[in-house]
Amino acid sequence: MFTRTVSKMLVLILAVALVAGCGGGSQPKSDVIKMGANLEMTGGNATFGQSAANGAKLAIKEVNAKGGVLGKQLSLTIADNKSEAAEAANAMQKLITQDKVVAVIAPIASSSVMAGAQVNQDNKVLAISPTASNPKVTVDPATGKVRDFLFRAAFIDPFQGAVMANFAGTTLKAKTAALYIDNSSDYAKGLAQFFKETFIKNGGKIVSEEAYLQKDTDFKATLTKIKAQNPDVVFAPGYYQEVGMIVKQARELGLIVPFMGGDGWDSAKLPEIAGAQALNNTFFSNHYSPDDNSPAVKAFVEAYKKEYNQTPDAFAALSYDATMMVIEAMKRANSAEPVKIKDELAKTKDYAAVSGKISLNATHDPVKSAVIIEMKDGKQTFREKVNP
Amino acid sequence: MDFTTQLIQQLINGVSLGSIYALIALGYTMVYGIIRLINFAHGDIYMLGAYVGYFATAVLKMSFLPALILAMVVAAVIGVAIERTAYKPLRHAPKIAVLITAIGVSLFLEYGGMLLVSPQPRTFPELFTTQIYNIGGVIVNSQQVVILVISLALMVLLTYIVQRTKTGKAMRAVSFDADAARLMGIDVDRIISITFAIGSGLAAAAGVLVGVYYNSIDPLMGIMPGLKAFVAAVLGGIGVIPGAMLGGVILGVIEALVSGFISSTFRDAAAFAILIIILLFRPSGILGKNVREKV
Repeated sequence: MFTRTVSKMLVLILAVALVAGCGGGSQPKSDVIKMGANLEMTGGNATFGQSAANGAKLAIKEVNAKGGVLGKQLSLTIADNKSEAAEAANAMQKLITQDKVVAVIAPIASSSVMAGAQVNQDNKVLAISPTASNPKVTVDPATGKVRDFLFRAAFIDPFQGAVMANFAGTTLKAKTAALYIDNSSDYAKGLAQFFKETFIKNGGKIVSEEAYLQKDTDFKATLTKIKAQNPDVVFAPGYYQEVGMIVKQARELGLIVPFMGGDGWDSAKLPEIAGAQALNNTFFSNHYSPDDNSPAVKAFVEAYKKEYNQTPDAFAALSYDATMMVIEAMKRANSAEPVKIKDELAKTKDYAAVSGKISLNATHDPVKSAVIIEMKDGKQTFREKVNP
Repeated sequence: MDFTTQLIQQLINGVSLGSIYALIALGYTMVYGIIRLINFAHGDIYMLGAYVGYFATAVLKMSFLPALILAMVVAAVIGVAIERTAYKPLRHAPKIAVLITAIGVSLFLEYGGMLLVSPQPRTFPELFTTQIYNIGGVIVNSQQVVILVISLALMVLLTYIVQRTKTGKAMRAVSFDADAARLMGIDVDRIISITFAIGSGLAAAAGVLVGVYYNSIDPLMGIMPGLKAFVAAVLGGIGVIPGAMLGGVILGVIEALVSGFISSTFRDAAAFAILIIILLFRPSGILGKNVREKV
């Protein structure tokens, strides 16, 4: 009986000591600067989120190896948003209020970034999304004002559409184009609209405008119709699953003109679905290509391969860039105070990132180059770099 | 491409799409015919069949026909298991309860599938080389021919089973009047199970054919074709087997013509507008007979 009471007391004392110890450990004046990442570690977009987490971790590791920032080491706390917008808002809340991070790498998906945006604004801690490309992420559609704590490292949708229209007109010498749009995606509709505007402005003609929905499988009827219009190119902004089937069925119907699209095509599944042969003579715009010969890309690809034993995709590259942009802002601000970092980040100009030279404009959208990838025998090959 | 070639091409596109709808619609119509249940999980059995076909060819390295048969058998077993566990206990419950259960089973299969095989789309290995025939500008793919031949063969087999065998006779009897059939010594539960087995097998066959033809399968692939096949079954006359075949082909052709000559954005609208028009003006469908409900 006696021993049991003693042991109970001991446990109590230990517990109190532990709690006190914890309280002491999380003082604001530590020698670690905490950054957070609110990413899709599980759920439908898990592969994207994991790539992005790897990119951010690599950036932090490299900076720490060189002595850190402001004489302190950096740490990265990752919160899983389960690929859901509601969870993304919770994760943002947790990172900022519990973990007290000074800046957050925001989710991959535009909708998830927007779900947490108010948390960032209220707590005055910035979030930078590696890939969110919807214009509404940084500009509040209700007020038309810039959300001053929201940033991104990727170019926005309108730019990709314009890039592909210019590529079709100048490099492929196309006079006529057909649009085949994923009608269930705002992303695809945005790309198509800006492709159309630029293509027409350059003197081209849109001969046919067709649409499909996600999860459609049979595209032959519409492709037969497009073929009858004889376009020089087909612009099909959408995601790889449907695009793969579209290209496959188009080639089977003898529609052999170039097909083009945006970064939704970027997946190893695309050649599996469409077939390597069918994908020849197709092009898409992307943020970066691992085959790009610029020194920044080469160094990044090498370091990433050494760390994770795989080739980095665009998500990893953009997340690496986003993390580095925040760290650069800390250096320039000479402070790890969230508001000061935000002010400096907004002034980013000509920062030589892996995915090209980045300057942020007034709406926090990067002005940067895009690459055009050509599919050759099932492999992505670097075709050209297009400057804004 | 002139108008006639385009029209013929669209008809070919439509028939090959329609024969898939027909295969799925057959299962709907058989189950409805026998227990008056719209089995909303039917489209997901089609998905399941596609996945069995995928694992048989990609992992077990089976060739096309054995994989097709394996998929049909596995789907038939699962179809019966679903009927026994989810629908049989509700045989005397109100119809709406069974209908809701069917939706539950459908969601269970879709999201259980996502958990089990991940939402990533998968692609079939190349099972046979595709020949493309160009006949005066009209393009026919050897896979389209395979789909049509297999669909026709299965429909002939089904018609034979239903019209010429003892089991088929029992099925027709149960469909006509289950209580009277039971009094005549027919094991009604067994016949219902057989119906589910055959319907699920046909859906699985459609799943494998689609997997090979379009080369992309995922756990939610059954939703849209399931709904379309339901429209096809209603169009042809639900409960009537030749009606399902006819309805499937007609729906496929209408979809192809609408996307080819009007606009691709109207395609699904056209399919469901047909459902509404049929329900308004001829609720028993093209081949259905108007039978007064017994009260």
